[in-house]
Amino acid sequence: MNPALPHLIIVPIVLPLLVAAVFLLISDGRRQFKSLVNVGAALANLVVSIEILRRVDAGGAPGAIKVYLAANWEPHFGIVLVADRLTALMLVLTGIVGLSAAVYSTAAWGRAGVFFHPLFQIQLLGLNGAFLTGDLFNLFVFFEVMLAASYGLQLHGSGWPRVRAGLHYIAVNLLASALFLIGLAMLYGIMGTLSMADIAVKLPLVADTDRGLLHAGAAILAVAFLTKAAVWPLNFWLVPAYMTASAPVAAVFALMTKVGVYVLLRLSTLFFSPAAGPSAQFGSRVFLYAGLVTIGFGVLGLMSSLRLGRIAGFSIIVSSGTLLAAMGVGEPSVTSAALYYVLSATLGASALFLLVELVERAATDGDARPRSVEIEPDEDTNLDDAEGALVGRAVPVSLALLGLAFMACVVVVSGLPPLSGFVAKLSLMAALFNPDGVEIASAPASAAWWLSGLLLLSGLISTVSLSRAGIQQFWSPADSPPRGLKLVECAPVLGLIVASAWLTLRAEPVLRYTRAAAEALHEPKAYIDTVLATNPMPGQARRREAEEAAP
Amino acid sequence: MEVVLALVIGVLGGAGVWLVLRPRTYQVIMGLALLSYSVNLFIFSMGSLFINKPPLVAAGVPPDLDHYTDPMPQSLVLTAIVIGFATTALFLVVLLASRGLSGTDHVDGGKEES
Repeated sequence: MNPALPHLIIVPIVLPLLVAAVFLLISDGRRQFKSLVNVGAALANLVVSIEILRRVDAGGAPGAIKVYLAANWEPHFGIVLVADRLTALMLVLTGIVGLSAAVYSTAAWGRAGVFFHPLFQIQLLGLNGAFLTGDLFNLFVFFEVMLAASYGLQLHGSGWPRVRAGLHYIAVNLLASALFLIGLAMLYGIMGTLSMADIAVKLPLVADTDRGLLHAGAAILAVAFLTKAAVWPLNFWLVPAYMTASAPVAAVFALMTKVGVYVLLRLSTLFFSPAAGPSAQFGSRVFLYAGLVTIGFGVLGLMSSLRLGRIAGFSIIVSSGTLLAAMGVGEPSVTSAALYYVLSATLGASALFLLVELVERAATDGDARPRSVEIEPDEDTNLDDAEGALVGRAVPVSLALLGLAFMACVVVVSGLPPLSGFVAKLSLMAALFNPDGVEIASAPASAAWWLSGLLLLSGLISTVSLSRAGIQQFWSPADSPPRGLKLVECAPVLGLIVASAWLTLRAEPVLRYTRAAAEALHEPKAYIDTVLATNPMPGQARRREAEEAAP
Repeated sequence: MEVVLALVIGVLGGAGVWLVLRPRTYQVIMGLALLSYSVNLFIFSMGSLFINKPPLVAAGVPPDLDHYTDPMPQSLVLTAIVIGFATTALFLVVLLASRGLSGTDHVDGGKEES
């Protein structure tokens, strides 16, 4: 651990917790102040995450993993927080999306209900904790924290569609949590430990008679995460819940499916690495095929959707499927490209969710139902109410801005050049067809073709369905002029798009980073050794023990 | 004792799954509650079952699993009970909201999304 600021790793967990607690003390009337604090805390969270990433990356190969013993117990027994390259990357992504959503919510949504701000911070706490934790039960606790906050946030703003979608969302997630507990208990029953690194060490030693039970436990655990990652056929809750959630909440929710994928990636590479003997690569084939089917389901959903919110929801499913299939290939180069894809897809989806509300509000003024598919203008719509010709009139700045932002989102989400979605898909396909001549042994040869084909198809269908929705929203005659947009609502959307553009410009260093992260994932020995070799800090009690032992 | 516990977990879990698949919200929440009972018992049973073995270390008795029961599943169960209780309570609130907004206790509300 770096001597300066040794407690930095736990800050992304403690900071939102403290801020959420402080929110409860601030009287409800001071909404403006609360919004400012919320944005400030989200900003601080992002800064801390970037600092963690900088430190993790600066340390070279062995120093790239930072371990924090939360209660100063030995890593086998106590609560461990671990920050490696993948964790740091996800923390920064959470920071960026969290800050955008916090800024966006200052415009209106932060004032729509009472406990928005504390719940928002708790949501960030749960996300950060799930990325940082190094043992299974703590992962469960952070998952529950994240989900409990998300139940509240999903219902934020109230209304029948939200309650109806929320009812299903909560029921499904409670069932998934029950499966999580069953899988976790089975693993504990066999391994006798909950520390991820310790399980990874002991897994090759499991007796053959217990191996079936072990696999069953791991599979039950995986079903819980697959539900959260919205994999077909466990994803019917996602679209209604995300579509009805208010815009800043949906933007943060775009991250939540990525948590499911993150945990699957972390646990499967750690537990079922080639060192795991007979259990090596357990389940990777399932991930591959489930991912492919999920992309297919998402593509069908995209084609059948007219409303922008639905399209955004299905694009989340497509990106989940892509990630899972890429993960199932089980090759560091493919995983590296998939990590780049996580960044690009999450930024794009979050921007899209924020934009959906602005667009629908501007075009339909509150009435969010889709326009008629008929876009042939009537005879009289070439003239406005004052009988003035519509041709040649300047488009309002706000509408032009929205249109451009929407185009940028389409480009990112569907993977067209020049923004980061294109780089992500290109590097995925390049890795799949391994120009380096490395044989992909762990997946059937047809997998590369299927995945590439579905990637291209999903890009095409996203372009088609987003353009169709865009044409209906922007090019149909509006009944009333669009209301003015607030700067704080546009800024986060633009910020996310700029982040995506930055990803494109800096693609090489980012890909080098994700490459290092992926290689560390597929060679988990360094992770395991670093975690288990961490010694508790010498504190007063331990010094006393040592003194007593010395004479 | 193992047979009794396994039967209890199985019956609770089976009843829970059956109720969760029913169309009324009240049945769903009862099902979720039964499921969480069975899951909690399951976690508890994963520490192996012993009678008359304390989970706390006493002076003079060697600290190994021949003399003690595993305290870990017990602490896990405590946490799981608390979390499960809280989320079920939250679900109850949403259930009541849904009942109030739709006028029916069907899980889909019995009317089309407006």
